Amino acid sequence: MSATLPASLAANPRLSQWLGFTPDGAVVIRPGKVEIGQGILTALTQIAADELDVAIPRIRIETVATPTSPDEGVTSGSLSVQNSGVALRHVCAEARAIFLGVAAQGSGVPIEALRVEDGDFVGPQGAVGSYWTLAERGLLDGEATPGARAKPPAARVTAGTSTARLDLPDKVFGRPRFLHDMHPAGLLHARVLRLPSRGATLREVAPGPLPEGATLVRDGSFLAVLAEAEHVADKALARLARLAQWDEHDTLPDEGAMPAWLRQAAGESSVVAEHDRGEAPATRRIKRDFFRPLVAHASVGPSCAMACWTGEAVEVWSHTQGPYNLRLDLAKALRIPVESVVVRHVEGAGCYGHNGADDVALDAALAARGVPGRTVRVLWSRADELGWSPFSSAMLVEVEAGLDDAGNIAEFRLDVTSNGHSSRPGRGALPTLLAASTLDPPFAVPLAINMPVKGGGGAQRNAVPIYRIGKLNIGMRTITDMPIRTSAMRGLGAPVNVWAIEAAMDELAGLAGEDPLAFRLRHLDDARAAAVLQRAADMAGWAQRGTAEGTGMGLAVARYKNLGAWCAVVAEVAAEAEVRATRIWIAADLGEVVNPDGAVNQLEGSAIHATSQALKEAVRFDRRRVTSDSWDSYPILRFSEVPKVDVALIDRPEMPPLGAGEPAFGPTVAAIANAIHAALGVRPRAMPFTAANLAAAMET
Amino acid sequence: MIAFTLNGAPAALDLPEDVPLLAALREAAGLSGPRFGCGVEACGACHVLLDGRSVPSCLLPLSAVAGRAVTTVEGLGSETAPHPLQSAFLAEQAGQCGYCLSGILISAVALLQAKPDPDEAEVRAALEPHLCRCGSHNRIIRAVLRAAREGVPA
Ligand code: FES
Ligand code: FES
Repeated sequence: MSATLPASLAANPRLSQWLGFTPDGAVVIRPGKVEIGQGILTALTQIAADELDVAIPRIRIETVATPTSPDEGVTSGSLSVQNSGVALRHVCAEARAIFLGVAAQGSGVPIEALRVEDGDFVGPQGAVGSYWTLAERGLLDGEATPGARAKPPAARVTAGTSTARLDLPDKVFGRPRFLHDMHPAGLLHARVLRLPSRGATLREVAPGPLPEGATLVRDGSFLAVLAEAEHVADKALARLARLAQWDEHDTLPDEGAMPAWLRQAAGESSVVAEHDRGEAPATRRIKRDFFRPLVAHASVGPSCAMACWTGEAVEVWSHTQGPYNLRLDLAKALRIPVESVVVRHVEGAGCYGHNGADDVALDAALAARGVPGRTVRVLWSRADELGWSPFSSAMLVEVEAGLDDAGNIAEFRLDVTSNGHSSRPGRGALPTLLAASTLDPPFAVPLAINMPVKGGGGAQRNAVPIYRIGKLNIGMRTITDMPIRTSAMRGLGAPVNVWAIEAAMDELAGLAGEDPLAFRLRHLDDARAAAVLQRAADMAGWAQRGTAEGTGMGLAVARYKNLGAWCAVVAEVAAEAEVRATRIWIAADLGEVVNPDGAVNQLEGSAIHATSQALKEAVRFDRRRVTSDSWDSYPILRFSEVPKVDVALIDRPEMPPLGAGEPAFGPTVAAIANAIHAALGVRPRAMPFTAANLAAAMET
Repeated sequence: MIAFTLNGAPAALDLPEDVPLLAALREAAGLSGPRFGCGVEACGACHVLLDGRSVPSCLLPLSAVAGRAVTTVEGLGSETAPHPLQSAFLAEQAGQCGYCLSGILISAVALLQAKPDPDEAEVRAALEPHLCRCGSHNRIIRAVLRAAREGVPA
């Protein structure tokens, strides 16, 4: 093992913060990452079972709560296993060594002669103790030290196998598991009346009765109703909506002219990467624009939270991805010390990034403030979820690239223009939570940011091609005006950058008169990238692909964030009234894979999500409000439209684990775009790739 | 007081007639299987069996189920005695966040009752009202086909 601690562990070094044993034979693990449908709890349990030599059913997971759990920041960026898994592996390996050392000393049996059998320490003469007999000795009170010896990959028993998801039975039998299902005694239900349009302010609430049993909560322009029964709260909300009088004005740009808006809006430019190897100049060039509108997370379950005040302190139950970060912003928005806020994580529906989960937590805390001792639950409506969650920014990517006389990529310039891709809470002086800007006095809305490349980047994520290029210039312009709140969504800027790069690669291959696969392979120095690309092409039968009228195949490859997993995708499309994706083949190199079926599930799911975004999705708005706030106006892919998906993992148990939730997203969008060109001869220029957008691309 | 059969047992709920069935089931009957997703019959998360048909429960007034039989995912089976579809969903690991699953299981039950041996296109058609944002569709389709192969629903 390395001589330094894994980052999550260095930040939270006390072993007992991560791990505990009980005298009755249970192991308790406390990861700092949360379950968002990605199967992290199962993967972490597998890792602990291996390193401790205990059976999986003994392991209990305590989900994140700010008083006790390690602070691992946000569960995002396909980093759950990479961060939490590696830290937990270290903790368990070190704990095993400490316990065995104590058992050896106490029994006189040399430590080398002891082995662990489902938690019992067994020597030549039989058991000499167990984790359970030593559970209360405080052996984990110390801090983790570098150099703990995790098992070699070959000695792992459950990690590397497709252990069944531990959370799935609850979900298949309909047992309460989601935050939405919690019914603490004395629960009150609240509904929040969102502003009728962006930037609206409340003039007055006209006098008029609310349904019996409902009460009004007001703070500035923040309005909520409280009731004992949920259906009464719903009725009260409808009544309140008729009583509230607002001042409204136009604040939004023209949806139809967003590429122009992106070009003209004020912004800050920066260089992402550049080099000039002084090789032959470009003699043949292409220049293309790529546009994606705002897109929504569109969780199937609307955001939900509960809060309960005791005096000046508040306890909050939330399906946030970052309980500690949420805690910081709740304290700011509620204007109380951070020590007065406790956040407990409870699972929600899949979020795919920063959706309304954090916002609704502030709603609940505000709604509950006037009724100390009562737990209040806020559930967002479908319109709230689709209309008011943060969105992934609209993006414009301009590419200019050229080949030299020998057919090598001589130049590649890419400029990405976008709002920031993170408004996550807990990172700035101001709270980023939705209701904060409606309070009296209001908080200014902080601008979304793009993290630096070494933190994974935002808009510029995957903006640097992975190919050998003579002269490279990659730039980013972060827009400093944010009429519609933007934040993190699966892949951040990667889907659009990968699409732009991989579409340009296809065009360059065309200029060179070469097959897109061969052209890419010739420009790849990264053997793991070449391996996934070749594998996906083989799976799809790329070399033998047909040329039937109206169908086509496209391929794409990327290394997620340029430092995560390698993933290649081949897509097959059929052009009907609209384009349909019929097949997707994915090959991925994720390093060590703790749970192969779980990883495949993530890759499949993200490819279907990406297909939906590529073909159907766009946030719609007029000059005042987001209008795509229903499933009719924000359609996503349905059962009849879902492509078949085949996945192959390249097994590398000796390499560090890399996340699976996002690497397929960009390559899927790009492969679909390239397949559309193969099928129809048109290069998509704007997402989604609808018949209308493709017709417009044909004209230019 | 509105009386009906809930998961095979008599039930009576003292709620206004216009309360949506979904709210009544979650709030008053203490169930968690049927889920709120949109409230306007557009996502499938709230589906229940009403006299054997899969219907959304989020707009259906409670009064409409008087004297009829309502089955939710809780009424299909349990961990010790799972419905063949529940076993198949676990065998295929069909789900990620799982929020959509209870509604989908209900439509799958209705499908297999009407058509014990569906083909893939029929499974897709039966599940068309249901949204799954996690992209678990293909596993879900495989699970329904597996259940059709392996187990006759009770
Ligand atoms: S909640 Fe009933 S269909 Fe969406
Ligand atoms: S599994 Fe998450 S919505 Fe279907």
